[in-house]
Amino acid sequence: MESTAHAFKANVDHALADPNLQNSLAMLKVGFSERRRQAAERLPEFEALRDRARDIKNHTLAHLDFYLEEFERKVTGLGGHVHWAPTAADARRIIAELCQSVNARTVAKSKSMVAEEIALNEHLEALGIAPIETDLGEYIIQLRKEPPSHIIAPAVHLTKDQVADTFLEHHARLGFDKRLTERGDLVAEARYVLRQKFLDADVGLTGANFLVAETGSSMLVTNEGNADLSNTLPKMHIVLASIEKVIPTLEDAAVLLRVLARSATGQESSAYTTLNTGPKKPEDLDGPEQYHVVLLDNGRSAVLGTEMQDILRCIRCGACMNHCPVYGAVGGHAYGWVYPGPMGAVLTPQLVGVEEASNLPNASTFCGRCESVCPVRIPLPKLMRHWREREFEKHLTPRAVRQGLAMWSFVARRPALYRRLTAMANRVLALFGRADGRYQSLPLASGWTRFRDFPAPQPGGTFHARWAKRKA
Amino acid sequence: MSDAQSDARAQILGGIRRSLRRGEISGEARQTVEARLAAPPRGPSVARAQLAQPAKVDLFCQWAETLNATVARVGAAEVPGEVTAYLMRSNLPANVAMAPSPLLEGYDWPSQKMLSIRRGRGEGSDQVSITGAFAGIAETGTLVMASGPDHPVSLNLLPDTHVVVLRESDIVGGYEEVWVRLRARYGKNLMPRTVNTITGPSRTGDIEQAMELGAHGPRRMHILVVRD
Repeated sequence: MESTAHAFKANVDHALADPNLQNSLAMLKVGFSERRRQAAERLPEFEALRDRARDIKNHTLAHLDFYLEEFERKVTGLGGHVHWAPTAADARRIIAELCQSVNARTVAKSKSMVAEEIALNEHLEALGIAPIETDLGEYIIQLRKEPPSHIIAPAVHLTKDQVADTFLEHHARLGFDKRLTERGDLVAEARYVLRQKFLDADVGLTGANFLVAETGSSMLVTNEGNADLSNTLPKMHIVLASIEKVIPTLEDAAVLLRVLARSATGQESSAYTTLNTGPKKPEDLDGPEQYHVVLLDNGRSAVLGTEMQDILRCIRCGACMNHCPVYGAVGGHAYGWVYPGPMGAVLTPQLVGVEEASNLPNASTFCGRCESVCPVRIPLPKLMRHWREREFEKHLTPRAVRQGLAMWSFVARRPALYRRLTAMANRVLALFGRADGRYQSLPLASGWTRFRDFPAPQPGGTFHARWAKRKA
Repeated sequence: MSDAQSDARAQILGGIRRSLRRGEISGEARQTVEARLAAPPRGPSVARAQLAQPAKVDLFCQWAETLNATVARVGAAEVPGEVTAYLMRSNLPANVAMAPSPLLEGYDWPSQKMLSIRRGRGEGSDQVSITGAFAGIAETGTLVMASGPDHPVSLNLLPDTHVVVLRESDIVGGYEEVWVRLRARYGKNLMPRTVNTITGPSRTGDIEQAMELGAHGPRRMHILVVRD
């Protein structure tokens, strides 16, 4: 997918003015976060499990080469194949060649953010192979030719009415020419249309939530069952996973599963958690004849050992974006690439370059909610701050901001000057009144007040002055 | 492996080692990780599933019902009759696709004159399937299905209604006990092609975050918990 992260500010203007999006985001704010809170409260061990989940991921990252080799050995021993893809282009080529080797015309795809990352659909389409998204949300946005706006709820930006219009437009030629109004009917119609596509598909392509080194299994968590149909019915199953998805053992998976569903949707357990291990065995009555795992690096190995390494713990639950006031205001598309929200603000500059994505780490109030809900305790605000520092070092920050910061640091390092200036500013601002405790517009400061209020000084002088008085 | 493939492999593994500022793991460090693989440490145990067997069975049933399955607790002799009764009271067809499993064959299906049973894998047109289960997880009311000649995966997914026969003695506390049983049955580090753990019917929240059942897998799941 082509990044528009550089156009973040224009994307945001667009998002804030979209009433359908704002309605959808209003629902998101109460839905996911409230359900997560309740799920966490129902499990007294939840915080201990988060600690353990963090430790498991840290242990794995410190021994990543070992566990990847172990995983490969197990898969190969079972008659499966592991393919190593250093770059997105390598992964696209490998998958296309696998599809062509069975003369595939259609590929049943189960939601995969890594597939979005490598722009797989566009590549397959150009080769005359039709990728069919089977996750309901992904299917809806594929019909609308939109990118996902959330990593676990890709169509969360749409209302039911928009989905109804989309289905009518695309399903009418299949005989579904009535505009539906009930959610259940929309789900049933998609189920019917997609069922035949599953049965016809030559290849099933899925992502993986985890790869288990101990057994050579890929592990997938879904609610719909689409991933399971994708890996059961077609004759070839391709798993596309990035290298940091590997974990050591089934016991580690048990810990991660307990925090994943609760953090993501507030469920006790997702409906389907599936371990796939190798191709169909001779005595099996169904299953794919071929099982391939494509391991994608795409810049991740270079993150190891750096101050950004913690982001590789991410298990893609989406809790950080569900709890983010910025995501909640602008939605996922504004971020301009595959991964939105706080985890996207950290990962996107890594994967597409800080020059392209420097706006994203700045789109944070540093309120810290993301870190407080992250199941693997990634210090997201700290990592966003690292990016801001790198942006500054690379002189990507706008000149006005750099000059402003230089002035600020000059003043802030001179306490006497600082006190004189703030006291003066306080008196000047007071001339504009302090009726509501905030200004909706100020001369010379429209760049600030156009989007937010500016706090008005309170009676009694600056904090310094009041503190001095109180101590005296 | 082609030259290009082994180059790609070396590139990724080499990149990881460069970033971690070390070579291939060897010596004592290697023994430590190998030992961790050989004897996997468990995470914090979840107290709510640390129960005596009868309470575990109760907890399983509670969670399964909370998560939108229906449960009937029956004796072995009542299994075929309960299946027929469930299909009748739910207005479902009496044509069923059944897993060809020795466990299921142990029940007296010929006693059910109305049932028409086809044994084999699932087909796109199947309305109802009947399968066994490898285990049940009390902690979340989850069923564990191990694929094999006695349990085609397609039966778990294609029909509108999935009827599952689970023995009380196969209900365990959490995932960890399932892993123990899998290793005992299939061998250490070995697995059936597919292990589906399934919690209630298929669902989606992709339209306005409202849960709807029956997205791609079964809309209805009925679990017969069989007394030992």
